[in-house]
Amino acid sequence: MLSDVLQDLIEEGLQLLGEHLVLVLSAILIAAAIAIPAGLLLASSPRARRFALGLASVGQTIPSLALFGFLIPIPFIGGIGPHTAILALVIYALLPILRNTVTGILGVDPLVRDSAVAMGMTRAQILRIVELPLAAPTIIAGLRIATVTTIGTATIAAAIGAGGLGVFIFRGIASVDKLQILAGAIPAAALALAADGALGWLEKRWSVH
Amino acid sequence: MSAVEFSDVHFRIGDRTILNGLTFSIEPGETLVLLGRSGSGKTTALRLINGMILPTSGEVRIDGKTTAEWDRVRLRRGIGYVIQEGGLFPHFTVERNIGLVPRLENWPESKISARVTTLLNSVNLPADDFARRLPRELSGGQRQRVGVARALAADPKILLFDEPFGALDPVTRLDLQREFLRLRAELAKTSVFVTHDVQEAMKLATRIALLHEGNLAFIGKPSDFEASPHPEARAFLDVLHEARNAQ
Repeated sequence: MLSDVLQDLIEEGLQLLGEHLVLVLSAILIAAAIAIPAGLLLASSPRARRFALGLASVGQTIPSLALFGFLIPIPFIGGIGPHTAILALVIYALLPILRNTVTGILGVDPLVRDSAVAMGMTRAQILRIVELPLAAPTIIAGLRIATVTTIGTATIAAAIGAGGLGVFIFRGIASVDKLQILAGAIPAAALALAADGALGWLEKRWSVH
Repeated sequence: MSAVEFSDVHFRIGDRTILNGLTFSIEPGETLVLLGRSGSGKTTALRLINGMILPTSGEVRIDGKTTAEWDRVRLRRGIGYVIQEGGLFPHFTVERNIGLVPRLENWPESKISARVTTLLNSVNLPADDFARRLPRELSGGQRQRVGVARALAADPKILLFDEPFGALDPVTRLDLQREFLRLRAELAKTSVFVTHDVQEAMKLATRIALLHEGNLAFIGKPSDFEASPHPEARAFLDVLHEARNAQ
């Protein structure tokens, strides 16, 4: 009897975990695809940098539940379902990745950049051979912060029908069922810890080089 | 033809004049030391040579062509550049740091590794011991040697030194100055060397160019420098005589 309940819970849990992973991975990949190139461009332009970082900070200050709700009525990009949730998650993930990319590039020793120019490296070579590898640990640290917070925020996506581990949590709250709440919360926390550990390892590995 | 030719070179940032009409030339094989106080414009003059900056007016010619006309990537690959601490890439081993320009120039790997070994040996860092180290695993003097080896890698005709020994302790500094003189005798490259240290200038220069507030106050042999009546030259010579009297 209990094992049947557990069996169902595990089965549904795996599906929700899969949905959760898709939400998080899509959001982080999209955010990284926007924020890393943007950060590289912004590193050389102080004025645009203030503006963009300000905008990204504003995005971050909107309460997450409000942002999810706010996006629903917007045509094309909004509505019920995962794509709206992914958009909201992207908005949250942009700032840490953007800020760390800029910080990482600006943190490259000016003497090193100078000698790269003086040795006849092109702009693209300096970026690829010098700046990106030296900024990599900082950029990865940004991805790490973004990923860990996105895993947590993604639980709220269930509120707009996007699925994921939040389904357990919302259902548990509605039916005052602690087991359901934990079935959502524990895997989400474990996922966040695993992502933190993995990206932390990657960060350290890059710093050695 | 001169290796480097400055004609009436001005350099301004906004309305601040850094260089005020420099005219001089550097002959093949000589070591011209640009001597001056901080803010005299000596580093600016150096950076005009490899096109890191372009003159506000006037021109700098390398092998007869102005730095504005040169493809600056090509120009710089033919000019070695050594700065304080060598400006080494911290994430590259010694071997990759030295092999950088040859790799950019698509030399075959076997030729690069032979070149790196030769250069490491010529700056007294046995390749077996040092090739695979990272810059942070070297002392300041060793990093500077690697910096020199890197500048020499693609066999440039001109070498630029921007206060390369400024951050070193006096013993290591003397060591590297001697090394510089030895390498110069071996390689016969045109060198331009920036320093504010008059002793270093007297020791290394075949000619000294003294810069004062963006103007050329003196240019000539070290022996003539000692006789220069220019007040700025006298100021530097006072430093030199103080040091000698103390000995």
